[in-house]
Amino acid sequence: MSPNPAWSRTLDQIFVLLQHRIADLFPPLLQPWVAMILGVVGIVAVFPAIFALTTVLERKGLGRMQNRLGPNRVGPFGILQPIADAIKSLTKEDIVPRSADAVVHYLAPVVLVVAIFLGYAVLPVGRNMQLLNIDAGILFFFAIGASTELSIFMAGWSSRNKYSLLGAMRAVAQMISYEVPLLLSAVVAIMMTGSLNPSRIVEAQGGFTGILPHWYVFTPWGFAGFVLFVIAALAETNRSPFDLPEGESELVAGYFTEYSGFKFALFFLGEYLGMMSIAGYGITLFLGGWGAPLSVLAFLPSWLWFFGKLFLAIFFFIWLRGTLPRLRQDQLMNFAWKFMLPMSLLDLFVAALWRFLGEWLGAGLGTEVVRWLVCGLLLAVTYVLFARVMLKRQKISPRSYRYAE
Amino acid sequence: MIDTLVFLIFAGLTLAGAVAAALLRNLVHCALSLTVTFAGLALLYLSLGAQFVGFTQVLVYIGAVAILVVFAILLTRGSGALPGNLVTTSAWRIGWVAAVAVGFVLVAALQHAPFAQSAAAAPAVSVQQIGQALMGPFVLPLEIVGVLLTVALIGAVIVAMPERQGEDQ
Repeated sequence: MSPNPAWSRTLDQIFVLLQHRIADLFPPLLQPWVAMILGVVGIVAVFPAIFALTTVLERKGLGRMQNRLGPNRVGPFGILQPIADAIKSLTKEDIVPRSADAVVHYLAPVVLVVAIFLGYAVLPVGRNMQLLNIDAGILFFFAIGASTELSIFMAGWSSRNKYSLLGAMRAVAQMISYEVPLLLSAVVAIMMTGSLNPSRIVEAQGGFTGILPHWYVFTPWGFAGFVLFVIAALAETNRSPFDLPEGESELVAGYFTEYSGFKFALFFLGEYLGMMSIAGYGITLFLGGWGAPLSVLAFLPSWLWFFGKLFLAIFFFIWLRGTLPRLRQDQLMNFAWKFMLPMSLLDLFVAALWRFLGEWLGAGLGTEVVRWLVCGLLLAVTYVLFARVMLKRQKISPRSYRYAE
Repeated sequence: MIDTLVFLIFAGLTLAGAVAAALLRNLVHCALSLTVTFAGLALLYLSLGAQFVGFTQVLVYIGAVAILVVFAILLTRGSGALPGNLVTTSAWRIGWVAAVAVGFVLVAALQHAPFAQSAAAAPAVSVQQIGQALMGPFVLPLEIVGVLLTVALIGAVIVAMPERQGEDQ
């Protein structure tokens, strides 16, 4: 690969250079702090802006899929709709139910949004563009992600509303169940890199064979891990088809039924930011992070690739929402524990096999073929058999309600 | 200077959470205050440079133990506020006596403890070193813990399984 021309390298690092240039204006003692604050401002400005864009894209996209127009009144093609929405939610009355637990009710959306913003601290959005480069970055993200469950419980419990509490219980149960396959499917990428550092994981996927990149998704174990990660991520962010906690037809709006005005907007923001951050980590772990998809395109700046992939992921989420029906609670749990968990464990085993086959047979074309055949067949055959057995054993009968009657 | 300030803030947060967990009337509030204590402990670990322990503290205690506590409270119908005037019941008097006794023992132990005057340089342990230790010399204990947790998981599933009719006798 030929080194990129100077203009391309400058463009690649333009935000980093800008950050240094601004920090240099301050006395040396303050410079690290200023650089840090600039990074934080960047994250807090860029991702909510993408959120605003996503809301209108989602409504337009869903409208297109459902053969209607979507928002088209505010600005050209309705593109200014998020501004109108923001003004509306800022000026709306903030209603707190009389029987609600006021303090917890107030804290829940704040805790949720703060926790989700913290997750962005270790996300590499471009070459050298990562707020905190720490060794245990992926662990940090999962730890922060696990703590959002508590804020959802706080919201549901403090509202003193049965729909809220039911929605919160569903959300927490679902998030705990899908956290296991989410973590285990991410472990594959961590295991192959040998590091929990997101930047190291991206760099490990950086090379090219011919013009094709070395992304983890282009290996049998990486592909299986990626699919499992995407399914678990959808469930973790309560996106369709796993949107039972806020199923409108059953629970009004789930855990944020009793929220209005700007607190409702904060939940909305938290949900979309959570979706984008988990998509960002999926990109980092399996899709080469900020790497270019073809070696001939490597002259384009790294941040462009990251955000391009992010928009593709968002489009994929919108597409799924327009396509798939909602699951039922028992299907959801069965799927998590009886399918996702065994498959992610098998994927871990296959990844280990891949690695040791490489060590035993030595490098070469033959090794690659053997590895692909053995690992790919192992995963594919197990998947097919598993799916068949599960389908055959499925009893299709009216659902019995054990405790509700 | 800044280190001391940071320590004081985190320690204050931890203690405030613990005190609130002991004194608040509503059990869910107590559980949430306990979560603040967990978070404060995690921040203390992080300020000591123990990244792995800090993040694991968040993952395990805030992500799992706090949720478990909250679920347990909701399942036991104890989530409402307790009746007032609990501090003067006989159980509380015994509690006070026990607390004062434990306090005396702790103070006495602290006064006789040989503290190093200048703390030696703390060993810098990276996450990588912990991982290598777990996968190297400590791999057997790790696997035994794994087996133990699997047994607990299977046990939980068996407890939760619906009993089929006609199998009881």
